[in-house]
Amino acid sequence: MSEATFGEYGGQYVPEALMPALAELEDAYERYVRNNEEGFMHEFRERMADFGGRPTPLQRADRLSERYDREIYLKREDLLHGGAHKLNNALGQVLLAKYMGKERIIAETGAGQHGTATAMAAAHLDMPCEIYMGRTDVNRQRPNVYRMRMNGAEVTPVEAGRGTLKEAINATMRDWATTVENTHYVIGSVVGPHPFPTMVRDFQSVIGREARDQIREKAGRLPDSVLACAGGGSNTMGSFHAFVPDSVEQRSAKDSSGQRPRDGVSLYAVEAGGSSLEIDEEEGLAPNSATLSTGTDGVLHGAMTKLLQSTDGQIMESHSVSAGLDYAGVGPELSHLVAEGRVTPASVGDDAALEAFHRLSRLEGIIPALESAHALGYLERVAGPDAGEYDVEADLGDLVVVTVSGRGDKDLETVLEETEKRDIEAAPDVEVFGQ
Amino acid sequence: MNAGTDSEIERTIRENHPALIAYITAGDPSLEETREYVEALDRGGADLIELGLPFSEPIAEGPTIQAAINRSLEAGTTPGAFFDLVAGLETEAPLLVMTYYNMILQHGPDADPEPFVSRAAEAGLAGIIVPDLPAEESGPLRKACEAHGLDLVFIVAPTTDDERLDSIMERTAGFAYVQARLGTTGARADVSGATHDSLARLDEYPIPKAVGFGVSEGDHAAEIVSAGADGVIVGSALVDLIAESEDPVAALESKARELKAGAERGVPEPEQP
Ligand SMILES: Cc1ncc(COP(=O)(O)O)c(C=O)c1O
Repeated sequence: MSEATFGEYGGQYVPEALMPALAELEDAYERYVRNNEEGFMHEFRERMADFGGRPTPLQRADRLSERYDREIYLKREDLLHGGAHKLNNALGQVLLAKYMGKERIIAETGAGQHGTATAMAAAHLDMPCEIYMGRTDVNRQRPNVYRMRMNGAEVTPVEAGRGTLKEAINATMRDWATTVENTHYVIGSVVGPHPFPTMVRDFQSVIGREARDQIREKAGRLPDSVLACAGGGSNTMGSFHAFVPDSVEQRSAKDSSGQRPRDGVSLYAVEAGGSSLEIDEEEGLAPNSATLSTGTDGVLHGAMTKLLQSTDGQIMESHSVSAGLDYAGVGPELSHLVAEGRVTPASVGDDAALEAFHRLSRLEGIIPALESAHALGYLERVAGPDAGEYDVEADLGDLVVVTVSGRGDKDLETVLEETEKRDIEAAPDVEVFGQ
Repeated sequence: MNAGTDSEIERTIRENHPALIAYITAGDPSLEETREYVEALDRGGADLIELGLPFSEPIAEGPTIQAAINRSLEAGTTPGAFFDLVAGLETEAPLLVMTYYNMILQHGPDADPEPFVSRAAEAGLAGIIVPDLPAEESGPLRKACEAHGLDLVFIVAPTTDDERLDSIMERTAGFAYVQARLGTTGARADVSGATHDSLARLDEYPIPKAVGFGVSEGDHAAEIVSAGADGVIVGSALVDLIAESEDPVAALESKARELKAGAERGVPEPEQP
C-alpha cells in the first residue's frame, strides 16, 4: 500500500463518512493505476494520446534563451487538449471512476481549467458531471464557464466567503459527503486527503517524464533546473516528480559531463506573491498565495500541510491576479520536499507575472496562462536585465526547463483590465481595438 | 476502554436517560448572548451542551450552521474569548466543544494539540468532538485528552464498515455520536431510515449512543429513542431559533423542553408482569 504521509505532511483529515470512500479509492488506485499496466494504464495512455494530444512538445525558446543568456526550454502543457495540464489528472480520475463503477462526477475549480478538463473528460467518457466554482471565479473566468456548459456539465456557483477555490473545495466536499456512495470527487490538484496527492501526482508525472527524455534528446543532458508555478502544486509535482531523484547526492557521483559541474537538477516552485507578502491578521487576508514561502503547518481540506492562516488557526483569504494560484494551501508532498530542501520555494507578484505574460506573448508567440506566467516571471527576476535590483539569488544554471502549464486565452479579459492599471513595457497598445 | 464511571459525560447520559444533547455555535451572534442561550438550554432540560468553536472552513456543516459560524467569526470570536466564556459558565449540563482539527492544532506552537486540551480542561469542558478527525489520525489528540481527563467523542457514519466500527467504538469516550444520515448537518422534516439500521448495528456495544444530523422535533426524538438510542443531538433546529426568533432565550428553553419530553416519550413502556 502507498504511504498516507510525506514526512510529517499529508494524512486523511476528513469526516468519518468519507473514510470508507478513501479506502475504496486507495484500493482502486493500487489495483488499476499502480498494478494494471496492460489494462487501465494502457487505456489511459491511449486516450491521453488520441483525445488529449500527448506527448506535448519540449520547445527551445530562442528569444528567451538570448535574453537570459542560457538555454531555455518550455514544456508546452498549454498545447494539451483543453489548454492546460489539468486533463492529465481529470481524464485519469474520470476513467478510474468508471472502472470503479461510479455513476457521477463532481469537481471543484478555481481558474476553471480543472473544471473544463473534468467536463471534457466526463463528456468523453459519458459520465454526468457537476462543477463547483466560487462566485468570484465564475465572474473572472467566464470563457471557462461557457466551455464547461458546452460539454454538458452543471456549473454550481459557490457564494460563500470570497468565492474562490477554497470555498469551491468546501462545497464539493459537502456534496461528496452526501453522495459518496455513487459519486467520485475528481480533486483538481495534489491536495486533499490520501490517496489524492499521490494519485494526482502520478497522473501528472507524465509531464516530467516526457521532459526528462526530451531534454536529453535535444540538449544531450539533464537540465540544471526546472521551474513550475505552484497553486495546489499539480503541474509542479508533475514536472518535478521524475527529477526528484536527480538530486545533489544522487548526481555528484556519476556526473562527469565536464560542461559545468552541476550538483543535480534544482527544482523551483514559483508561487503567487500577489500584491504583497505581508499578512493582514486583523482582516484575515493574505494578499498573496505564497503558502510554501510564508505558510505555517496545519490541517486544511483533509491534509496536514503548509497553510496561510491566522495565529488562531482561521484560514486566510488568499489573493492572486491568477485564479488558478489563488489558494491558501498547497500539496503536502511539496511542503515535504521544501522542508527537506529538495524543492526551493519562490514567489512572483501580480505585476511581474503580468509583465511575463506580455513578454512571452510578444517574444515567443505563446500566450501563457497567468498561472504559468509566474514561473516565467521568476526567470526574469533571477536572470533578466534588471536581476540585480531584486534580492533574489538562485543558481538556475545554463540549461533550464520551464513548464508552461496552460495557455492564456481564458485570462485575456483579466489581463487587459489589469494591464490598464499598470505601466508594462511589453504590453500592446490596446488602442488597436478602436475605442 | 469502557470505564463508564470515570466519564462525566457517560454518567450524565445514563443518569438522565434518554439524554438531550444540544448544540449551538459559540459567538452567534455574540459570546454574551451565547451565555444566555446556554443557560436557557440548561433550564429547558438539555443534559449535555455542545458549543461550536467556529472555524473558517466548516466542511461538515450544512447552510444553517455555516451561517452561524460566519456570524460568529464576523463578531470576532476567538478561542481565547471562547474559553473565558466557558470558564465563567455554571450549568448543570456538562459542556463539550465541537471544532475542527486545525483550531486545536493552532492553539499552541508547533501544531501540537496538547495546549488546546489543557486549556479546555482548565475551562471546565468535559469533552471534544472533531468532525474532521477520523480514528486513524486521532492519536495525538486522544493522548492529550486522556492526560487531561476529557472525553474525545467519535462519529459513526452510515458508511462506516464493520471493521472501522470496532476501532471507533473502542476509541470513543463519553458516547458514540451516531450520524443519522449521509451529508452535512441541517434540520430535516423526518427521521432517516438509516438511523434504525445504525442503532441495530451498535446494539452490542456497551457505550451510550446518541443520534444527530437532522433531528429537529420532539417526535423525531421519540422515534430515535424508541429505536434504541440513549440520546438525541439537536443543533441546526436550535441555531435556526437563534437566527429567527424574536426571543431566542424563551424559544430555546421551550424547544429544549419539547425535545426532552419527546425523547422521554420514546422510552419503551416497561413490560407488564
Ligand atoms: C494553467 C494552470 N496552471 C497552474 C494551475 C495551478 O494548479 P497546480 O498548482 O495544481 O498546477 C492552474 C490551476 O487552475 C492552471 O489552470
